[in-house]
Amino acid sequence: MADPAGAPAYLDAASAAPPHPVARQALLAALADGWADPDRLYAAGRRAQQLREAAQGSVADSLGVRQDEVSFQPSGTAAVHAAVLGGLAGRARAGRTLVHSAIEHSAVLHAAARAGDAEPVGVDLAGRLDLDAWRTAVGAPGVALASLISASHEVGTVQPVAAAAEACAEHDVPLLVDAAQSIGRVPVPPGWSLLTASAHKWGGPPGVGVLVVRKGVRWLSPYPGDDRHRPRPVGALDLPAVVAAAASLRAVLAEAQTEAVRLTALVDRIRATVAATVPDVEVVGDPVQRLPHLVTFSCLYVDGEALLHALDRHGFAVSSGSSCTASTLRPSHVLEAMGVLSHGNVRVSLHRGTTEDEVDRFLAVLPGVVAGLRAEAGM
Amino acid sequence: MIEVDSRGRRCPLPIIDLAKRLPTVAVGEVVRVLADDPAAANDIPAWCRMKAQEYLGSPAPEVYEVRRVR
Repeated sequence: MADPAGAPAYLDAASAAPPHPVARQALLAALADGWADPDRLYAAGRRAQQLREAAQGSVADSLGVRQDEVSFQPSGTAAVHAAVLGGLAGRARAGRTLVHSAIEHSAVLHAAARAGDAEPVGVDLAGRLDLDAWRTAVGAPGVALASLISASHEVGTVQPVAAAAEACAEHDVPLLVDAAQSIGRVPVPPGWSLLTASAHKWGGPPGVGVLVVRKGVRWLSPYPGDDRHRPRPVGALDLPAVVAAAASLRAVLAEAQTEAVRLTALVDRIRATVAATVPDVEVVGDPVQRLPHLVTFSCLYVDGEALLHALDRHGFAVSSGSSCTASTLRPSHVLEAMGVLSHGNVRVSLHRGTTEDEVDRFLAVLPGVVAGLRAEAGM
Repeated sequence: MIEVDSRGRRCPLPIIDLAKRLPTVAVGEVVRVLADDPAAANDIPAWCRMKAQEYLGSPAPEVYEVRRVR
């Protein structure tokens, strides 16, 4: 059945951005040429090796780091795990504590639970790191590593990375920045020791994570059968996907400033319109110091899962941090740390294919959908 | 004290129960909500902030107290 609202609109780029056209082209080309094992010595292997090195050089160039500081991992989550576990292992002599913001991606929290003692640092109502508490925490004895997300993947608030990095430097504590939502969209301030990213967040293919370990940073492989002091993927690399990731990052960065301006204006429109047209709603996250493409709001008295399904029936793909949508049945730890409403939660995240018309249709449909669910609940 | 028993009810139902009960509560009176959904610990104080009511805290696990102030 065709929806009178129009064609489906994908508004969940923060989970996975639709592939950039350059990613498609590069993937197809690399499938033809980069399928062989790049560590073999025959001609097909050498071609694959050249592709791998070109991709590594291109990503290093895009991120402003050295080529030998970049490694590819099987996913963004795998990159985070390698960063946390390897970063802690490399600093075992200093201690075993990981200081992290309370709003890190769950990949950081799961890795920390496996490896060391985790020391969370809180955020304010807008989702911004408490810098005073951070300075105290990284100055405590036994801290091996600190981890700060560049900008919240759930509410978009950009974190004070430069100031947090300064505090870490004062105490010689390496800082890991999980930049999955920022790379390809906004610059990440310098001062970090390890950085992770995920290609399908910027419009590359899924299954490519990036881990950068700066020169001089101690990192020890946490994986079996590997005594390397520089990260490498476990097992065979998906080289065609890596090539597509590198090519699309370059293309995305070339458009990033223009896209950031365009998407910032669309997000401003969503923030203002939702607050004005939906009663009992809270638009969360910092309205200004935020990612250009991402906005989150919570609607009182509405079940998050029911809201996602209702919006999906109207053709809108969005995500939610509400507990009823999580496998754990717990509300999002990010929304909890901020102290904002966790039910009826919707995250909208835009991409280069998002049009003004899609946003306006979403804004036209939303108030009625929320009102309908509230009426069903007797509110 | 008025008690709202929302045990066994998943969020947002405890918040809906509280909001529906509020008009029957006199200004200045306290409502005690019993809720075992883990989201209630976060969402009851958040509701109080959004609706400008006073959250008094959680005197025991799965028990939350709210004072109607307007």
